[in-house]
Amino acid sequence: MASIITAKNVTKTFGGLTAVANFSVDIKENSIYAVIGPNGAGKTTLFNCITGFYKVDEGEIIFDNLPIQNLRTDLIARMGISRTYQNIRLFANMSSIENILVGQHPRLTTSWAEAIWKSKRFKTEEEEALQEALRLLRFVGLQGLGDQLARNLPYGAQRRLEIARALASKPKLLLLDEPTAGMNPHETSDMTLFIQNLRDELGITILLIEHDMKVVMGISEQISVMDYGAKIAEGKPKEIQNNPRVIEAYLGRGAASGLKKAKKEKA
Amino acid sequence: MQTKMNWIVILRYGLIGGVVALYFSMIGMVEAFSLRNLVGTILNLGNILLFGGMLAAGYMAVRQHEGAPFAKKVLAGLLAGAVAALVPILLIVGDQNLALRPIFVNVTPAIIRTLTFGREGAAGFLILTLVSAGVGLLAALYHSLPPRFRSPIGKAIAWTLILAIFSELVIQILRNLSATALSSLLFTGNSFKPAAAIGLLILLTALFFFQEWRHTRHLSADPVATEKTKRARLRTRVIQFILLGAFLLAAPYIVGSFLSQVLFEIGRYVLLGLGLNIVVGYAGLLDLGYVAFFAFGAYTMAILTTTTALNPSPGVFNFWLALPIAVVVGVLFGLILGFPVLRMRGDYLAIVTLGFGEIIRILALSDWLAPIMGGAQGVLSIPVPSLFGIDFRGPERMYYLVLFGSLLAAFISVRLRDSRLGRQWMAMREDEDVAEAMGINLVQTKLLAFAIGAGFSALGGAIFAARLNTIFPHSFNLLISVNALSLIIVGGMGSIPGVIVGAIALVGLPELLRQFQEYRLLMYGIVLIVMMLVRPEGFLPTDIIKRELHRSDAPDQPNVEIQA
Repeated sequence: MASIITAKNVTKTFGGLTAVANFSVDIKENSIYAVIGPNGAGKTTLFNCITGFYKVDEGEIIFDNLPIQNLRTDLIARMGISRTYQNIRLFANMSSIENILVGQHPRLTTSWAEAIWKSKRFKTEEEEALQEALRLLRFVGLQGLGDQLARNLPYGAQRRLEIARALASKPKLLLLDEPTAGMNPHETSDMTLFIQNLRDELGITILLIEHDMKVVMGISEQISVMDYGAKIAEGKPKEIQNNPRVIEAYLGRGAASGLKKAKKEKA
Repeated sequence: MQTKMNWIVILRYGLIGGVVALYFSMIGMVEAFSLRNLVGTILNLGNILLFGGMLAAGYMAVRQHEGAPFAKKVLAGLLAGAVAALVPILLIVGDQNLALRPIFVNVTPAIIRTLTFGREGAAGFLILTLVSAGVGLLAALYHSLPPRFRSPIGKAIAWTLILAIFSELVIQILRNLSATALSSLLFTGNSFKPAAAIGLLILLTALFFFQEWRHTRHLSADPVATEKTKRARLRTRVIQFILLGAFLLAAPYIVGSFLSQVLFEIGRYVLLGLGLNIVVGYAGLLDLGYVAFFAFGAYTMAILTTTTALNPSPGVFNFWLALPIAVVVGVLFGLILGFPVLRMRGDYLAIVTLGFGEIIRILALSDWLAPIMGGAQGVLSIPVPSLFGIDFRGPERMYYLVLFGSLLAAFISVRLRDSRLGRQWMAMREDEDVAEAMGINLVQTKLLAFAIGAGFSALGGAIFAARLNTIFPHSFNLLISVNALSLIIVGGMGSIPGVIVGAIALVGLPELLRQFQEYRLLMYGIVLIVMMLVRPEGFLPTDIIKRELHRSDAPDQPNVEIQA
């Protein structure tokens, strides 16, 4: 399988703090890849570097065989990278459908002059966009809520709407920043299935940050573990689970050695 | 259900009502307004001001006793009214025992006489207390009406009062429609005849009642609109539209010269407001220097059509040729001033644009540019536009220019709002970073908002210059930006009907109430504060455009519960 996005030695510092340190990753097309790590490890900063919110200090990010590091955010989005946010960032005072319509922005082509004139092309494009929005609304299971303001939706629906908005641009790569944060176990398992469906049905590559280990271990094919900005481990879920450095990063050195001892004693 | 008396609430609202009455009395508003009779000599505008607050206080106090038995409601109203009287009584006592006049110059013997109904001593206090308790009682009675009567009566009272306040206008319109007989039947001088007022009240109540009754019947008959009612609704819409259009076209000849000038002013601010609405309401860019583009339009018109150093042969440009150039200049300066502020947000943007606005005004005033822009003397003798030999002289004819300008601006606003660009603006207003991550080019989107907004403003400026024939730098002060912004806020951010309502309320009304000019800014402030507290979304906020479910479609059951 070809890789869709490759990061090479990406480094991002804020003043004296190195948020992402010499980070490299290679993600295959049509895979589900998870980045995990303790709070403050630099996972979201990595996302922000990929989507162009932050300029990277060093290193390269190659998407679809083109270097995208330090490109403008909107251009990166147009190339086919879409994302959701850790704390939901919908367009709160716009309706669900309008949110999805904004998401389709990169795919629409009519100019504002055509909108004033209401040319035939404008009308057909708007109609198609609306139909596509309705389709996406159904796809994420929010039919009937299209005319509600985004801020009035329940939490779980907001999460799903954010994904629908991200999907509207027909991205090749979807970045999900803690898609199940704040969800109850039932909603979480729904979301897990939903993410798997995205990949299976739409063929979108998914890169996700997640804290819920059940979700991470359940759906991801590859996992990177970050700590203090650096990658401390990479591999399949099974390998990560047994990696002593990972346990150490999460629980601290003392606890990790304690665990090791306990294991040995058990054995 | 609360059936206990809530004494604290009664006391609180009573005191608030009293303080309002006291305040209006002490600043001289009651006295000034009491010269204006509304109904015969029984009711004047001063009474409204004095007892309006008490009425509201009584109503609020009664409202806190929702569900209580009738007697308790009445008691609450009476008590709140009586408490409200205490505050002005303090003023009267103070006036008798302390020398208040040197400090509060408006505490005149006349206002004291008004408050005590001309009686001395305790009798005066008693009457005042009784009257305000009576007002509280009225509030209680009004609140106790069944809702189906309450709203038509409330509306009828409000409309009768509005007609009474603008009686001069009504008389003027009736005269222009050569219906002087009707006018002398209704009015003596400029106040209603009492019988006419009561007649009108009953007529309006019946009308509103009928309207509501028909409305509810429609709703209960078919909750889902059928083909027939849909067609009927469309027909009423078309008729309303035609009537409105006919009125707008004929307006200057119905309302006369003075009111045409008022309409012109409203139209000018509608144009400004629509432009600023794109910048602030849609794109969320708080621009306080908006007057600059208005000035560019006006000065471009002035320079092109008169003899100046820049333009020695003004015969080349007439109004119609200069108008598009003025708009283009406005758009260009919109882009130029937009560039440096692209990276700024919120407060910073507001401060910088505020500075730009002032810079433009001071440049126009400067000696440096005086050979071109006329400095403090401004530009004089801007020619009157003419079309096919008709001079657009005077407000009646200029009104048409501003009307068509506003219609054009409203048309463009609507079309853009419903387009991809409109969504880009709104997304940017909601969250700039996320909008960018959705592939929206912020630079382009912001500049388009600045440019289109500036274009509308420049169009208004050019028409303004041709109307006044003379422009001065001080016509372009900060107050114009502030007015335009306020009318958007009052009308409802991002709402086109809101802009029109805002312009009528904040520009039209003060023009009509010129006799109370000195209280204009006070009222302005009160309106804005009350608006922010009670209805921060504005008079006519934007509706969500229904895209998924039209009312005619069978309602789909939402599969997720909406949280309250």
